Amino acid sequence: MGGFFKSSIGRKFAMALSAFFLMFFLLQHFAINFTSVFSGETFNEVSHFMGTNPLIQFVLQPILIFGVIYHFVMGIILELQNRNARQISYAKNNGGANSTWMSRNMIWTGLAILAFMGLHFYDFWFPEINTKFIEGDWSGLHDGEFRYYHELQEKFLSPVRVGLYVLAFVFLALHLLHGFNSAFQSVGANNKYTRGLKLFGKLYAILIPLGFVVIALYHHFNHNH
Amino acid sequence: MNLTLKIWRQKNASDKGKLVDYLINDVSPDMSFLEMLDVLNDKLITDGDEPVAFDHDCREGICGMCSLYINGEAHGPDRGVTTCQLHMRKFTDGDTIYIEPFRAKAFPVIKDLVVDRSAFDRIQHAGGFISVNTSGNTQDANSIPISKHAADEAMDAATCIGCGACVASCKNSSAMLFVGAKVSQYALLPQGQVEAADRVLNMVKQMDEEGFGNCTNTGACEIECPKGISLENIARMNTEYLKASLKG
Ligand code: HEM
Ligand code: SF4
Ligand code: FES
Repeated sequence: MGGFFKSSIGRKFAMALSAFFLMFFLLQHFAINFTSVFSGETFNEVSHFMGTNPLIQFVLQPILIFGVIYHFVMGIILELQNRNARQISYAKNNGGANSTWMSRNMIWTGLAILAFMGLHFYDFWFPEINTKFIEGDWSGLHDGEFRYYHELQEKFLSPVRVGLYVLAFVFLALHLLHGFNSAFQSVGANNKYTRGLKLFGKLYAILIPLGFVVIALYHHFNHNH
Repeated sequence: MNLTLKIWRQKNASDKGKLVDYLINDVSPDMSFLEMLDVLNDKLITDGDEPVAFDHDCREGICGMCSLYINGEAHGPDRGVTTCQLHMRKFTDGDTIYIEPFRAKAFPVIKDLVVDRSAFDRIQHAGGFISVNTSGNTQDANSIPISKHAADEAMDAATCIGCGACVASCKNSSAMLFVGAKVSQYALLPQGQVEAADRVLNMVKQMDEEGFGNCTNTGACEIECPKGISLENIARMNTEYLKASLKG
């Protein structure tokens, strides 16, 4: 098993596993955010649970951080190796004749997501870590009320920020339009039984990012009224 | 028809090489692409110039020797054909056609359009075979029951002619379609089982050592492959590789 993760196929496999984990995380993140659209209270409660439950904070969160870092570091390493495998490029190359734009630009859509994650961490994760670990406040309260829903609404006041979020989700959709099915292919699931998965993958890749966009826009326009 | 050809010329492996323009007139639409190059070479030889070196052998789509990256696609714009089966009727009068060698670090140019694809041979030597006793008591293959489905899939994988179009088309110069086909043709059959684990481990190891890139599932190889080898073969190789790694 030792050489497995050093081999090309092993790395593909690990890349896909990290991607599965991220796609699962994305789904639960979406489910939680979505509650904010119909009930601020529910959103507050779930956020507080996620933010203070020791299993989530000290077991799942480190795994997530590892998964994200592994995914983009390995993504960048593989991209560099792959570029190196063709040292003289073609004078004329018709990539569009045999592959999708999404599949050829995973590194660029991925880097766009990475840039977005920088903004997203600045917006939500760093303040959260600051409140909990530096100020030592685990109450989740502000002026006697749960602060999460309020903080969320504040963030989505800025049209620039909402614009950046929407743009980032377009890149995420593009990344997943190739990535979802690519991950299944990488772990060896491509045969006559997996045809239905392709459609499901396209739906996931479009609907989940679209859902996040709807949530961001909802809070932006709802708060001004 | 009259065409402008932009052909990669490179004296030898260490020469830098460059694209050179050639005008060619009165090309018949019924010619094959290689016949068109033969006509060009006749003219170059008559004029005392160096003819363009390119690979070919059977000229009927079965040997896998012909190559060429034509107008940005391996084996040209047609589907399911090798360059020797490509006809000039796929082009129109006045076209400019780029003709480049298959490009990959693992396929170094030897001269002009000729590249060294012996990396594929070394991968085959690493495990693309079954060991049989040829003492005269060899069991008749037909006495081993094989399902129609497995036989069909193995046969499809075995149609790979090792041309390297998959590598040339892949943005990562990955050889996984070729290796996937060569692993699958045995993995699907009872005769291939005994050496299955060693085969896939050794072939993938050799593939990695040759400096091919890593598959990112763009699917370009499957579209450009003259034999229609399916991506399912790469998926099968991935599972075979995982199985073999877990065992050993
Ligand atoms: C939450 C965010 C992300 C999700 C859900 C995601 C999802 C995926 C999926 C499903 C794959 C296919 C895996 C495979 O083929 O084995 C993939 C591949 C890849 N991702 Fe991401 N990704 C994310 C973030 C990123 C980031 C931040 C980068 C930064 C560079 C990145 C770069 C790549 C690259 C280079 C590939 C390999 C190319 C390919 O397989 O076609 N991804 N990603
Ligand atoms: S898989 Fe197809 S493109 Fe690749 S070497 Fe075999 S026949 Fe050629
Ligand atoms: S020359 Fe044999 S396949 Fe083209």
